[in-house]
Amino acid sequence: MSGFVRITVPLDKEGMKTVSSLRAGDRVLLSGTVYTARDQAHMRMAECIASEQALPFELSGSAIYYVGPTPEHGELAIGSAGPTTAGRMDAFSPMLLDLGNKIMIGKGRRSREVTEAVVRNGAVYLGAVGGAGALMSAGIKKCEVIAWPDLGCEAVRRLEVEDMPLTVVIDSTGNDLYLSGPEDYLNSLKNARYSK
Amino acid sequence: MRIIEAEKITELVRNLCISANMHLPADVEGALIRARDAEPWQPAKDTLDLLLDNLRISGEKSIPICQDTGAACVFAEIGGEVTVLGNFEEAVHKGVRRGYEDGFLRKSIAADPLLRGNTGDNTPAFITAEFVPGDKLRITVAPKGFGSENMSALKMLRPSDGVEGVKDFVLDTVKKAGPNPCPPIILGIGIGGTFDKVAYLAKKALLRPLDVPNPDPFYAQLESELLESVNSLGIGPQGFGGRTTCLGVSIEKMPTHVAGLPVAVNISCHALRRAVGVL
Repeated sequence: MSGFVRITVPLDKEGMKTVSSLRAGDRVLLSGTVYTARDQAHMRMAECIASEQALPFELSGSAIYYVGPTPEHGELAIGSAGPTTAGRMDAFSPMLLDLGNKIMIGKGRRSREVTEAVVRNGAVYLGAVGGAGALMSAGIKKCEVIAWPDLGCEAVRRLEVEDMPLTVVIDSTGNDLYLSGPEDYLNSLKNARYSK
Repeated sequence: MRIIEAEKITELVRNLCISANMHLPADVEGALIRARDAEPWQPAKDTLDLLLDNLRISGEKSIPICQDTGAACVFAEIGGEVTVLGNFEEAVHKGVRRGYEDGFLRKSIAADPLLRGNTGDNTPAFITAEFVPGDKLRITVAPKGFGSENMSALKMLRPSDGVEGVKDFVLDTVKKAGPNPCPPIILGIGIGGTFDKVAYLAKKALLRPLDVPNPDPFYAQLESELLESVNSLGIGPQGFGGRTTCLGVSIEKMPTHVAGLPVAVNISCHALRRAVGVL
């Protein structure tokens, strides 16, 4: 497979430009530091923001991965670690994007408010391969719980990742691969029919 | 009478929890490979290749296929000549507790639906028992992830809605689900019975191997028509577009009330996990 865009997080200025130039359907290899957060961690981050307390990690230029991994064992850095349904984070994401978060990683549809926040902030929503937790874990080299260990698999973790394979779902112009991908495929069938 | 000790049941359930989460059943992996080979849309083919890579990596590293190692749905067929020495349900819960601990599986059960929290050991198991003739005890552990469970649906149709009403409801449910249940999906469909039974039928349908059609030719035909219709929607693997939206449709049906036509659609992701053992 060719045509991957390489991105390193946290993003520097150049990286931010690259992110806002990504388009739905582009394939990305992500390296660097990624933070995990899902339902409970998002709720607690929202509480931190409301009460002006420090967040567990720097939001500016960050990548957040919606994942609750299985426990690691032996030499492994992490267990199985595929994406969870991103829509459950929709209520919180616009606020995090407005505060500097640039990359969200998950699977499944997002709300209009999230898409608008992606556009407003030159951010991106990347799809990881859902139901492929073993595959996704292969790119994770280190994993450390950095906040709220009481949340178990939902605790915030700092991951060091290398060439994590991802696909651009919602880009900074508001394109959504969940709409355009099926449309392109169905159009290809129509075109094939006409050309016969 | 044949006596089976509770400890044997615990041991079996423990082992089934682990093997179900580590290995995809042969019929599901076969369906995935056939779908990859038949997929005409290159991006979709690439995604299906990744799903096959996932199975390989899971095997090599001995880690679960999916991080959502699921709610432990346990189906038991208890032979009429079997007597369990001890508490059957307790033995199953204990097996789940051990399996999820020993197998490094994720504990995904909220202790209370509203107050949340976590039971910490993935119990309770969600147990369904049927009594069958014979002196065997057959147990299936089918861990169910909630990305796809959340997109499942039930509707009480009118009898006059008929087979077209059923088809519309199934297609509507799949369209609404879109990319969320990690397609390619597998559909378990229940038709008939009562409000509670139809949901059970839908889940039970997911236990039938994908290469075994419904024994009734009418329903076998309906299964293949629905599969074709769902695969014409264009949703594709991961919802990124393509032919392979669904790997298989299984229908289970039973008689129902003269005034009703209950239908339930239980969606599974491509990681349809089930492991079977017999005592």
